[in-house]
Amino acid sequence: MLVFLLRRLAQSVFVLIAMMIVVFFGVYMVGNPVDILISPDATPREIEETMARFGFDQPVHIQFLSFVGNALQGDLGRSFVHGESAVSLILSYMPATLELALLGLIFSVLIGVPLGVYAGYKADRWQGRAIMTGSIFGFSLPNFWVGMLFILIFAVELRWLPSTGRGDTVEVLGLRLSIFTADGLSHMILPALTLALYKASLVTRLARAGTQEALMQDYVKFARAKGLSETRILVVHVLKNIMIPIITVLGLELGSMIAFAVVTETVFAWPGMGKLLIDSILTLDRPVIVAYLMLTVIIFIVINLIVDVIYTLLDPRVRVKGEAA
Amino acid sequence: MSVLDVRDLQTHFFTDAGVVKAVDGVSFSLDAGEVLGLVGESGSGKSVTGFSILRLVDPPGRVVGGQINFKGQDLATLSAREMRSLRGNRIAMIFQDPMMTLNPVLRIETQMVEAVRAHDRVSHAAARDRAIRALSKVGIPSPAERLAAYPHQFSGGMRQRVAIAIALLNGPDLIVADEPTTALDVTIQSQILAEVQELARETGTALIWITHDLAVVAGLADKISVMYAGRIVETGPTDAVLTAPGHPYTEGLLGSIPGHGRRGERLTQIPGMAPNMARLPQGCAFAPRCPRVSDICRKDAPVITDIGPGRGLRCHHPTLAAEGVA
Repeated sequence: MLVFLLRRLAQSVFVLIAMMIVVFFGVYMVGNPVDILISPDATPREIEETMARFGFDQPVHIQFLSFVGNALQGDLGRSFVHGESAVSLILSYMPATLELALLGLIFSVLIGVPLGVYAGYKADRWQGRAIMTGSIFGFSLPNFWVGMLFILIFAVELRWLPSTGRGDTVEVLGLRLSIFTADGLSHMILPALTLALYKASLVTRLARAGTQEALMQDYVKFARAKGLSETRILVVHVLKNIMIPIITVLGLELGSMIAFAVVTETVFAWPGMGKLLIDSILTLDRPVIVAYLMLTVIIFIVINLIVDVIYTLLDPRVRVKGEAA
Repeated sequence: MSVLDVRDLQTHFFTDAGVVKAVDGVSFSLDAGEVLGLVGESGSGKSVTGFSILRLVDPPGRVVGGQINFKGQDLATLSAREMRSLRGNRIAMIFQDPMMTLNPVLRIETQMVEAVRAHDRVSHAAARDRAIRALSKVGIPSPAERLAAYPHQFSGGMRQRVAIAIALLNGPDLIVADEPTTALDVTIQSQILAEVQELARETGTALIWITHDLAVVAGLADKISVMYAGRIVETGPTDAVLTAPGHPYTEGLLGSIPGHGRRGERLTQIPGMAPNMARLPQGCAFAPRCPRVSDICRKDAPVITDIGPGRGLRCHHPTLAAEGVA
């Protein structure tokens, strides 16, 4: 297990280095932020001074080396707009996105897994077909449209749920979170559902395919020969076998939910990282964009690592190989 | 009263290529403690017969006719719930491939305890005790520790013992064993055969042993039914069938067992292939491969006739050995 973790960490370092190069040259070489930072009628002297202050007058490779040097110390620059450290700026927006993504993930599992298992169990009946047809909508309806539809139905017409903002927050372990207050939670439901819809369809399809495959296995037939109820066969024997691919995909999807909740956050005016990213792109706030992308990479790496660890908990066969390695 | 009495069982598969009569009018009966060897080639319908008894035939297969009387109760008339309460409880089954029958992600303990508690309202601890006793009965060393293991931590032979232990958990009246030793190597096979025989004798459990290997049932079964193309072609007490086979097919099977001929001689083999079950020939299904075939065989399917005490035969031209008996 330890060897496995160390190997994964070494791989992660390579990914980080590659990403640093891509992100730096990608973002730093596009556009000149000075144009936005300084009023258009500034004198050439002022422009030069500003360029020097931010180090833009240095050659590319020097800029890159100083970026890497600072990055290694955890400093990804200061936001041009907000004046504070880009990392801490993003981190201050992060809890809102994290809790939204987490609730979205929970929704997609709670909706997708039961629907998928049932659809797999009734694959040739109308129930199974209906669920599969429904999942096509989940796949193909655009996020922003679903979000607005939800707002229209549940906030405007029925007036059941609020549509914008985070509602009441409460400080937990130094983070401001909505999920632990009733008001905050009610604010989260619509955006989280919007975020979850696509993933839920994905999970439904995965769970259905897995269930159909598992139901053909001898161990299911043997479980029936033992006289177990169909419920127990589905919930214990089948479910545990199909969770492995589902968790892999969900792990990756959680990363994309956190990193790219941009559209949903915009529709629901949810003050998370996605909204920060959009604002930063509009103002060419380079350090924030770079820091955001770097953090995204780190999030993906960490989630992948966690997924691999969960594997070993779910599948005893992987566990043994890991121990032997 | 017999434990199991199967009358004219018919299980058909409704495929795109037509109706496959996998089991077509199979009858046999079994008393407590009796061992029946159900012998035949792949595709002869022997496994489907076993699954039909437990009502576990997968679609497109369906039991379309006949009666399966288990202790005087026709299984076809039972509700799904009643049938489930018999499965694994009064009628247990052991499958062919021990590598596939145990759920890879659940501990042995889980898989055994659930089998007990599906039928008896007992505590987890009591079910666990029963599991430990069953495991030690089938010769698994230190059963209490092994309960915590996962299937992949056992060898094939050990897994099959676990499967047998699961079948024994609720002290069934009937065990259907579908080629349980085929996937195992020969030494393990003979050990398991001896153990199962002893267990059946001890507990009075009736046993249906499905196999393609006459040598396996020779030492195990009280009586043998030989199946070909969905029908029983010959049935009778083991010794009688093996020493004086009446059907050319049985004779062919016996002749193809190594050890009967002399060293250096070629084994006799049955010419041709097992028939396509979707397009069976008119008349006797064995006719195209039969050395004694005549015109009547190609026209009329023979019916099963008694040729002695407990012996039945489905053939127009029985071999000489059987004629001597009859």
